This record gives sequence, C-alpha cells and structure tokens, in this order.
Amino acid sequence: MIKVNINKKDYELDIDPETPLLWVLRDTIGLVGTKYGCGVAQCGACVVHLNGQAVRSCVTKVSRAVGQKVVTIEGLSENNDHPLQKAWVDLDVVQCGYCQAGQIMSAAVLLRENKNPTEKDIENAMEGNICRCGTYLRIKKAIHLAAEMQRKGSK
Amino acid sequence: MGKFIIVIMVIIITVGLLASGFSINNDLRTTRNKIDSAASIAAFMKVYDVLMSPRCINCHPAGDIPLQGDDSHLHTMSPIRGKDGKGVYAMKCSNCHQPTNSPGLNTPPGNPKWALPPADMKMVFEGKSPRDLALQIMDYKRNGHKNKAQLIEHARDTLVKAGWNMGEGRKPPPLPYEEFVAAWDEWISKGGVAPNN
Repeated sequence: MIKVNINKKDYELDIDPETPLLWVLRDTIGLVGTKYGCGVAQCGACVVHLNGQAVRSCVTKVSRAVGQKVVTIEGLSENNDHPLQKAWVDLDVVQCGYCQAGQIMSAAVLLRENKNPTEKDIENAMEGNICRCGTYLRIKKAIHLAAEMQRKGSK
Repeated sequence: MGKFIIVIMVIIITVGLLASGFSINNDLRTTRNKIDSAASIAAFMKVYDVLMSPRCINCHPAGDIPLQGDDSHLHTMSPIRGKDGKGVYAMKCSNCHQPTNSPGLNTPPGNPKWALPPADMKMVFEGKSPRDLALQIMDYKRNGHKNKAQLIEHARDTLVKAGWNMGEGRKPPPLPYEEFVAAWDEWISKGGVAPNN
C-alpha cells in the first residue's frame, strides 16, 4: 500500500509505485484540476506541490510522494481565495484555462519565496509553464497584483 | 639477546612498511614523486574528450542556463542556475529531473544530485582549452575545493557516473566509463599535468 498525504488528507492506495502522480491524482483520487499536457515535463500543466516544491506530476512517480505532502490546485487555499486565485479572477487572466492550474501552482512557489518579485523574477519562475492562448501578459500582471495583495495582508 | 633481535626486527619491518607507501598520506607524497608529464598529458587528453562531450558540458555551461541534447543547445524553458546550482522558484532542477531517468525518448534524465555547479564556483567546461580545463580542475580554488584524493574519488561520484546512463536518445561520452576512470586516475596520479595548449 502507498501512503500519501494529499491536500491535508491521508490516503492509502493499492497502486503500482511507478505510477505517475498525475494519474493517481486524476484517476485514483478524482482530483482533476491538475491537467495532463505533454507527459514529459515540458509544459507545466501538471504542476503540483510536493513538500512545497513545484514538481511536474506527469514524470513524478507516486513512490516519490510516499510519506510526503502533496498539494494540488484544489488544496491551494480553503476557499479559492489565495491571492493568486483572487488576482486571476480580478484580471480575468484565463482564456481556455487548460494551463492555468499549473501556472498558479508555479506562481505560488514564487510568491512564497519572493514577496516582491521583479519582472525578471517572474520570468525566471514561470518560463516552464506554457500557455497556448498566450495569456502571458495577464499572468505576469496577475502575479504582480497577487504579490501586492499578499504584502498588504490579503490571505 | 632474543628480545634485542625481536626489537630490531620490528623496527626494520616498520621502516620497511613506511618506505613502501603504507600510509594514505604517503600515497599522495608518492604520486608527487612519480610525475610523468608525457603519460599524464596523454591520459588527460582522453579525459578531455569525455569532459567536452555533451553529457558533461551540458551541466558545466559558460552561462547560467544549462545546455541540452547531443547538440548542446540551450535548455528549453531557460532554467537558471540559482545560487546553489539547483535552479530557482518553480524552476528547480528536481521539479522535472527525478531521482531516476524518466521512461521514453528524450524525457528528463534523473539523478538525486541533479544540479549545475553553484554560482560562486561555476566550474565551466564549455569553451575551455585542454590546458585551461586541466589547470582549472587541478586548482583547489576553482575545482570545488578538492584535493588530489578527492578528485580521484570524484570520478566515482554517482552523478558523474550517470553521464553514461542518460536515458533514451542521448549518446554516452566517447570513452567507456571504466576507461574514463582509468585515464582520470592516471592523469592525476602521474602529476595532473596540463597540456601546453
């Protein structure tokens, strides 16, 4: 049995330890907010947090997550009110939306480690998240806004 | 009289063992005494071919972005080195590079130690001449603070060895791993001599 903590909930799963974490999240647990994009760690659609780091769940075997803490877009905040989620709504960032869970999860690591990121910091953090709709300018603007909310004490 | 003979024998044996290089420290002293420039340089040129192969220079780039592929192009997504060589924010090496190779053609190769050299000691291979690279590796202040014994050991490091097991779609270095280690040891043990150019 594989023991994993996902979004603060413990799971015991009868599953092949080689299974990509993405499929465990989507197919076994039913958390489908995390998306399959490329399957080879090239696009960022499947980013989740493993002990706070923005891992690509399509190439991360579930065995790496044993005994560790996984957070998905569903667990990023209690009420979908993480500053990034609020900024995303405020600025209407999303077009098709497919990549956005991965974008937000990557941006959340940036904002945790850097409370006041520059344009360059944002680019360095977000280079690995591709958006085929080309919403990059709105994503960047929303990250700045979320950083400002965070600094002003918004949850 | 018997005791005197035993004491003399013990002294002779002890001196004999020390003179033959019995201690670890003496190994290094012995290697310094056996400098063979021609053999050392010949061995280094084999080492150089390996160190300049994509499997080595891709993570010892001249810039702060790693290289990728057999043609050593800039790594897609432009991940940057970061202070500790392990990337930054959501772009840390281990976010994609797992403890082991990912299955499939050209998927991320893996190792638990995956990283570039740190920002305060970049240990660049890319673009270095044989002489410059040999001098850099033998320089304690530029080689990650390794003495000769630690350099010898470094060739056995699991991340170095991983260069010969980089997953599907990547050519291994031009020498088999065992031959590389033998050449590396010979280069260092015969003086760690740098070629003239």
